[in-house]
Amino acid sequence: MTRAAPGWLWWLMGASLAAQIGWHARLGTPRPAGEELPPAPRAAALRLASFGEAPAASRLSMLYLQAFDLRTLDYARLAAWLRALLELDPRGPYPLFTAARVYAEIPDAARSRVMLEFVHEQFLLDPNRRWPWLAHAALLAKHRLHDLPLARRYAAAIDRHTTAPDVPLWARQMEIFIVEDMNELEAARIMLGGLLASGRITDPAEIAFLKQRLEELGQRR
Amino acid sequence: MPVATLARSVLLEARRGGLPWLAAAVLAVGLGGAAFLSQVALTDTAALQLAVLAALLRACAVFLIAAQVTGATLREIQDKGLELMLSLPLSRTTHYLGRLAGFAACAAILAAVFCAVLLFWAAPLPAILWGVSLALEGALVAAAALFFAMTLPSLVSAIAATVGLYLLARAMPAIQAMAAAPLPEEGWGGWLARHAVDAIAFLLPRLDVATRTEWLVYGTSAAEVAAAVGGMVFYIVLLAAAGLVDFHRRNL
Repeated sequence: MTRAAPGWLWWLMGASLAAQIGWHARLGTPRPAGEELPPAPRAAALRLASFGEAPAASRLSMLYLQAFDLRTLDYARLAAWLRALLELDPRGPYPLFTAARVYAEIPDAARSRVMLEFVHEQFLLDPNRRWPWLAHAALLAKHRLHDLPLARRYAAAIDRHTTAPDVPLWARQMEIFIVEDMNELEAARIMLGGLLASGRITDPAEIAFLKQRLEELGQRR
Repeated sequence: MPVATLARSVLLEARRGGLPWLAAAVLAVGLGGAAFLSQVALTDTAALQLAVLAALLRACAVFLIAAQVTGATLREIQDKGLELMLSLPLSRTTHYLGRLAGFAACAAILAAVFCAVLLFWAAPLPAILWGVSLALEGALVAAAALFFAMTLPSLVSAIAATVGLYLLARAMPAIQAMAAAPLPEEGWGGWLARHAVDAIAFLLPRLDVATRTEWLVYGTSAAEVAAAVGGMVFYIVLLAAAGLVDFHRRNL
């Protein structure tokens, strides 16, 4: 038969639990937003810290980066972080997706350019896998930065450096998109439609995110 | 067959000791974590869930096996159960290998369960290869834990030695990569440290190439898996031989 614990112990346990909850509430929820992004670690250090679990470490680090406030983020440090995470897991799409679709789409032209150049730099390391993000970077350069030469440079890079047979024709002919008098919504629709049709985007969260961006674009016009 | 009987008794002890419940708790935590991650990821959700869940399951499988082997072995030594078993007309080799076979079977069952869960996210062939590799990795950890539990006097020291060996083996390639980039003016101390790291690496199993999450996320080749599995088999034999040498020399 189980022995009964003394009553005062129950009270002590209840009181200490209440004190723990109260203390926790007083300290508030820890949020990195508002804090400064620390300098990026080296990919080798991240690999060591994760005991070789590179895909998991890279993706979890992306979630960590996502929590920082975009308005105050130091883009030089951010690019260094994204570079390290891509070095850690070169086949992971998350760093370039957020670079092109989130961090480059801010209203600050100077910081946006940092991200676009980062996307271009990383595209050159693996063009056949990373062209979709440079294609988006070309559209951003044209429609957000109104920098036609930059947009044409990115579009020409896709044509020049991609060699895989699964790169669609519209991506290779991206320069036509850029030169043509097409508005951002039309161009984005064609690109998203093409990516969905080619089976390059299958992640439900990514599809929902991109559709939401299209709707926002439609409402702005 | 005495080895099979001993192995079965080890499995029975693991079941009665609550190992299945611990494995179920690990799965519950892992699946809860995966569900949480699906709510915060912008893209690559399935790969994120798969990578994190696989890393967690691998680490937990290794820790559960290490704790189970050291706990069961040291309890038997302290309760004088080992002396009783050795009074039976069985060789020490049979005793040792029977126990090791039982713990390896525990690792294989754990790996099969964890691998089955990953099939929800991963393609079947990479998941099965990952499961086979995890089963062997578990057997390697069981062999190391059995060796340390037989040679070291306490539970804490045996678990610490096993986990230390495992983590060092996992981290060694990153340590070597760091050591391979010396300072511009490297002294003899730096040179010695670099070569000492390389020498230690030769004594450790190449766990960095085994049970890789990349296999699940990006696929793998038979040659890659064979290289990992072959290395682990050699190391299991080495640990079993070292354990047998120690066990035969032991005065009870």
